[in-house]
Amino acid sequence: MTLTSTADGALSPDGTIAAARAPDAAVVYKDDVVRMFMIAAIFWAIVGMLVGVVVAAQLTFPALNLGLPWTTFGRLRPVHTSGVIFAFGGSMLIGTSFYIVQRTCRARLFGGFASEFVFWGYQFFIVMAALSYVLGGSQSKEYAEPEWYLDIWLAIVWVTYLVVFAGTIIKRKEPHIYVSLWYYLAFIITIAVLHIVNNLAVPVSFLGTKSYSLFSGVQDAMTQWWYGHNAVGFFLTAGFLGMMYYFVPKQVERPVWSYRLSIISFWSLIFVYIWAGPHHLHYTALPDWVQMLGMTFSIILWMPSWASMVNGIMTVSGRWDKLRTDPILRFLIVAVAFYGMSTFEGPLMSIRAVNGLSHYTDWTVGHVHSGALGWNAFISFGALYFLIPRLWGRKKIYSENLIRLHFWLGTIGIVLYITSMWASGIMQGLMWRAYDSLGFLQYSFVETVAAMHPYYAIRTLGGLFFVSGVVIMAWNLWMTVKAGEPVEAKSVPAPQPAE
Amino acid sequence: MSSEKRKYEVDPVTGSAIHPYSWDGIGELETPPPRWWVLTYLVCFLFAVGWWVAYPAWPYIAGYTKGVLGFSTRADVAEQIAAAKAAQAPYNNKLAQLDYAAIAADPELSTFAMAGGKALFGENCAQCHGSGANGNVGYPNLLDDDWLWGGDYTTLEQTVMHGVRSTNDEATRQSQMPAFGKDGILTREQVDDVVAYVLSLSGTAPADPAAAERGAQVFADNCVACHGDAGVGLREMGGPKLNDAIWLYGGDPKAVAAQVFNPRHGVMPAWAGRLDPLAIKKLVFYVHSLGGGE
Repeated sequence: MTLTSTADGALSPDGTIAAARAPDAAVVYKDDVVRMFMIAAIFWAIVGMLVGVVVAAQLTFPALNLGLPWTTFGRLRPVHTSGVIFAFGGSMLIGTSFYIVQRTCRARLFGGFASEFVFWGYQFFIVMAALSYVLGGSQSKEYAEPEWYLDIWLAIVWVTYLVVFAGTIIKRKEPHIYVSLWYYLAFIITIAVLHIVNNLAVPVSFLGTKSYSLFSGVQDAMTQWWYGHNAVGFFLTAGFLGMMYYFVPKQVERPVWSYRLSIISFWSLIFVYIWAGPHHLHYTALPDWVQMLGMTFSIILWMPSWASMVNGIMTVSGRWDKLRTDPILRFLIVAVAFYGMSTFEGPLMSIRAVNGLSHYTDWTVGHVHSGALGWNAFISFGALYFLIPRLWGRKKIYSENLIRLHFWLGTIGIVLYITSMWASGIMQGLMWRAYDSLGFLQYSFVETVAAMHPYYAIRTLGGLFFVSGVVIMAWNLWMTVKAGEPVEAKSVPAPQPAE
Repeated sequence: MSSEKRKYEVDPVTGSAIHPYSWDGIGELETPPPRWWVLTYLVCFLFAVGWWVAYPAWPYIAGYTKGVLGFSTRADVAEQIAAAKAAQAPYNNKLAQLDYAAIAADPELSTFAMAGGKALFGENCAQCHGSGANGNVGYPNLLDDDWLWGGDYTTLEQTVMHGVRSTNDEATRQSQMPAFGKDGILTREQVDDVVAYVLSLSGTAPADPAAAERGAQVFADNCVACHGDAGVGLREMGGPKLNDAIWLYGGDPKAVAAQVFNPRHGVMPAWAGRLDPLAIKKLVFYVHSLGGGE
């Protein structure tokens, strides 16, 4: 069956519904900018994850800091986090949103050159941010390290992105807006608000790069984690759910399992997520009532998060056998499963008593990576394997066996990473709070650091597995474009699917 | 619901109605949310409401709801600290009254002081002296009996309380070795000679016995005032003992020459004021017990 559609896309067996729609003139989609974003995403995935392996190795063997200021952990760590979240994840999100918004609206991207500006402006931001970290420029806010001049630039790029995306929705030829686009829109708008508010700062001088936050003390901490948690909520969750709601039904060739669940989950996720930030500041100077409120909203958030997991996995209903035969679908569905696991672990860790053990330990790092590697990266890999043949007009991926190899390398990497961090984190938390029978601390800090060493080595190994899978993917995709069998030229502007 | 359902096509796999719209070939089903999902959502919400009733939760214009349990983290922490202090009070009260010798004579009390001293050492001293107190280059080893300032209880207490070359304590211990090479007090040849002599003091056979012999005179003229005759050390001056194999900045000829030419001087902070007298007492007792106590 035909999956792509320009003028007519009704999957419904009810022919009257499809026929009721006026057959429009074919829309020529703007895919060159999507291709650019996909290339950038693959490039940044390799760079960001390699730096991740380097910083993991530095934690295992501190000599790898090399004694140079530019290569110390403190400067490379934001290169890794920004590299994978904003460079790789961001390029995936913007690229797929441009692909999906055109097809589900049956409209060409709004704004002409503006989408290219979004691409080059965003890539410029990433390069400048990474350079500034290495050279020591940082406003010391986690996931919001770039200084004020880069923040202003990103705000301009981001608002342009919103205009392109919303403009395309406004000129759509579909009567309704597809669920993916709700999530993408929530992601774009909320990130704009979060980015602008959290980065309000006063530069020290007109020509200097240094600035200080507009907020101070606990207000600054609360603003930062309102930003930080919702960067997870709207960048890494809502945005990627937009991806999930398109690529899962596309790849499995089944309708979305529950329209109602998608509505309930969308609105409750949007309403609840924004309250949950204070769970990052349990047992701090933050007033009790803020901590408690943040904790309870984090628990309420569990089911809205799981609604999308249920919807994604149940969309495979009737095609379960495809999980065995289709490695691309396996990437997508395992990603949704990891999404479910981390969105259960998150509310669990937000409970104050649990947080008292887990906070500041490697458990948090493991939690973040089960989401980042298992959910964000895996769904992105699935999307890349889906998109690259279609974007470059190829019949299928160069080697399906290499996709399988990538899947297993990635899965083994995740398992090594998160289990070692669970063990290390829980051990670390228990050692910190261990008292002897006379009421004195049992371990000094450095003893807890020494105890973590073997787990850090396992984590580094897990990272190596994961990044080697990505390198194989990059080669497989490169060969698909270079040597893949082209689809026959058709009048339909969008490329035909693989099968 | 069923009457509405009949208006649409039914998906044969799930039995759900098919939503009348589709996008780029993607359709949607009208499957209702699973019952377990709805119930769990409800339970989570009820849990939250219960929590809001029990604990501080919602703000209003001039304050916030306090919760029926009257819980506050600060009160909770204060209570826990008070309980911990009360549990240790019998030992601590005794510890405060007794001198070091009397503590050492009481096995129960010395176990307590040792445990407390070890924990304090791990938090405050291990960063420089090592978690096993075995020191590092530039940071004295505390396991041996080679003391710069002395290893009896009173001297150790003085060192811990006021530090060494501490910048914010007038009673701190002061000693400064002149930069013999850098400031031109000795020629390069004289430095090499005195290094050969110093190394011979700890039993190292000098590569150039003649140099060591010449160095003996240089040492007598310049070094004995602080390091004592034949390098036995002079604690009143903080002058390190040189006739053993223990070296603060390394014991190879190059390291010793560097120290003579342009010496480094370590700093130890003054702990009086940062740690209470009882904590210092435990620390001193612990360090004294490590092997070199006098």
